[in-house]
Amino acid sequence: MSATLTPKLTGPPALTAVPGELAADNASLTRFLHGLPGVDQVGAEGRAAALATRSIKTTAKAWAIDTAISMVDLTTLEGSDTPGKVRSLCAKARRPDPSDASAPAAAAVCVYPDLVATAVEALRGSNVQIASVATAFPSGRASLATKLVDVAEAVAAGATEVDMVIDRGAFLAGEYSRVFAEIVAVKAACGTGEKAAHLKVILETGELVTLDAVRRASWLALLAGGDFIKTSTGKISPAATPPVALVMLQAVRDFAARTGEVRGVKLAGGIRTTKEAVRYLVMVNEVAGSRWLHPSTFRFGASSLLNDLLQQRHKLTLGGYDGPDYVTID
Amino acid sequence: MTAFEYAPAPESADIARLKSSYGVFVNGELRAGRGEPIKTINPANEQPLAEVAEADTSDVDDAVAAARAAYTDVWSKLPGAQRAKYLFRIARAIQERGRELAVLESLDNGKPIKESRDVDVPTAAAHFFYYAGWADKLDYAGYGPDPRPIGVAGQVIPWNFPLLMAAWKIAPALATGNTVVLKPAETTPLTAITLAEIIAECDLPPGVVNVLPGGPAIGQAIVDHPGVDKIAFTGSTGVGKMIQKSVAASGKRLSLELGGKAANIIFDDAPLDQAIEGIVNGIFFNQGHVCCAGSRLLVQESVHDEVVAALQQRLQTLRLGDPLDKNTDIGAINSAAQLARVRALADSGDAEGATRWSPECTLPERGFWFPPTIFTGVSQANRIAQEETFGPVLSVLTFRTPQEAVDKANNTPYGLSAGIWTEKGSRILWMANRLRAGVVWANTFNRFDPASPFGGYKESGFGREGGRHGLAAYLEGEH
Repeated sequence: MSATLTPKLTGPPALTAVPGELAADNASLTRFLHGLPGVDQVGAEGRAAALATRSIKTTAKAWAIDTAISMVDLTTLEGSDTPGKVRSLCAKARRPDPSDASAPAAAAVCVYPDLVATAVEALRGSNVQIASVATAFPSGRASLATKLVDVAEAVAAGATEVDMVIDRGAFLAGEYSRVFAEIVAVKAACGTGEKAAHLKVILETGELVTLDAVRRASWLALLAGGDFIKTSTGKISPAATPPVALVMLQAVRDFAARTGEVRGVKLAGGIRTTKEAVRYLVMVNEVAGSRWLHPSTFRFGASSLLNDLLQQRHKLTLGGYDGPDYVTID
Repeated sequence: MTAFEYAPAPESADIARLKSSYGVFVNGELRAGRGEPIKTINPANEQPLAEVAEADTSDVDDAVAAARAAYTDVWSKLPGAQRAKYLFRIARAIQERGRELAVLESLDNGKPIKESRDVDVPTAAAHFFYYAGWADKLDYAGYGPDPRPIGVAGQVIPWNFPLLMAAWKIAPALATGNTVVLKPAETTPLTAITLAEIIAECDLPPGVVNVLPGGPAIGQAIVDHPGVDKIAFTGSTGVGKMIQKSVAASGKRLSLELGGKAANIIFDDAPLDQAIEGIVNGIFFNQGHVCCAGSRLLVQESVHDEVVAALQQRLQTLRLGDPLDKNTDIGAINSAAQLARVRALADSGDAEGATRWSPECTLPERGFWFPPTIFTGVSQANRIAQEETFGPVLSVLTFRTPQEAVDKANNTPYGLSAGIWTEKGSRILWMANRLRAGVVWANTFNRFDPASPFGGYKESGFGREGGRHGLAAYLEGEH
């Protein structure tokens, strides 16, 4: 009885011209970013809350769980990470559910640069991507040269995806062209051609605080060539929140409408339950559009989320909860 | 990868605990009315829901007599704190039976369950809680020491928010010490009768609240009854005018909450994504069956194309269908008669040269349905810019300057509500001072709170409901 249509990618026409050669010119970049429509915090929170009331059941839930599993960047970013821990995580990413081969693999594993080689070895022959945080993660407080070495090492070791952090200090100081130039430089360090690593740009929205800043940082990262915009390092609270996700999804939607280029969004930090993940998929579906419901354009950066997804998957396939001892701890 | 198809997620109709027949509530007793029984139907599929034994004029006499006796003997003498006790009890009982009331409302009215569940029922309970708080504090409400009730209030309410309008009417009347004879709308009597059942279970003294389902003749009988001291009416401007003529020189107090043709004004510096949500919420909430609906969109010409394109994209994600499905955004039109009115006015838009647009959507075969609709290229002279549609139809007009926006917004016989979307705070205040509307929303729309007064200018009526102001409508010597 319900009739829903896929939104067409014919969004709003240009607000002003998309800046082409902005990198060198902080003034024109500032004019563009500050000329973006404002975000009303109350309204954005209201919209995010309204989307969270969608009721996703039975076949829709099964589809959403499998889709969410295939979008997980299974992550470990601890000082205590070891090759053993990373190998264990890789095995989990390749085959999340030992008892059920029909469960999809995760999208990627995400590790520090020095453990990329271990992950490459452990994931050989699979389609699971190897993501590495770089650029003096998580604070980004290092020289550009140091950051680029960090990236180059990760890429040389075999990382297929690089998760960089922006210089939040520079952003908050209004030095947009500096942030822009860093992203461009990191993108170059990711390589060229088909083998280039995909670049995810972490905005660390918990430090940007306002939704206006989130919108501006999103556009800045997209204009500078980021393949994905990503909420958080996971080291700062709050991390991914529904209103922040809403604004970032609007940014990639509007960017695609104006440039024809489809970029991705990665939500990271604090997403632990299937219920939250499904709500975010609803948001992707209704705000950006169903075109974005694919691991090439939407990811969850998470660790414990995967086991909750698997437990909910068991519940649907077996008809009841089997409990935490029926999923693996890695 | 296939698309994300939301599986049906229907709330069970059984939760409504539908009875085969409903009647009147007079002097504390639920019984059959003496009028002709009618069938109330589900507007989403035209299936009968229940038989309602409506009131006749002898039931009106009985109800008014019961209300008078309850007023004189019990309710007007009861200390405010005691009245508050009953109101708090009713508020809690509404919450406890919230799910039942929500499903019943969606069945009888056609509105989506997410709205009856998240708006109608909680806001109804909130009104009882709010006015319960006032009942023992009337001396401090700003109406002088020991403000007095009026007496017996006759209340006639519409079909768009059947339970919520009953709460808006009953709660302040009881808090101030009046007794009530309430007539729900003929197409949507079930939640008001269930509220009467709740009130009976709360041991409210008999006669303090009486509920008389019936048609216009019963409404007229209440309005004309010599035993009624005050009339409160929410509904169409046409009926409101008839009521005002009826009560002229009768000594009856009157408050009217009537139609509207609200302007929702979008400036070029608005937070556009939120403004789009505000437009959708303003006109498609409750299928546009809202007296304060933002049915006229005034967009600054410089952002017109951008706003219309974004709005069209947004409307494609609205889900129209089974009101009991938790994912339904747009439910059924309440009645065949209302559907005919909406269709006729929309057709006049075509005839007068405006451009009609609706998202592709399949309307169910049975029931009363109208797709969400936008008219662009509307001018102030068109009927769809002047007459209240009371349906999911938006007329888009443009303006160039703030003064022009004010002039066009005020250029209507109505004056119930308006919306302003801009990030410039000074402009919000400048506009709000000039808009002749009882409610002016800034960067939001259709937000209701029991603490906030609501009511109209001009042909949208007079008197305020909600807030401290809402007490005045039920106090002697206040207006």
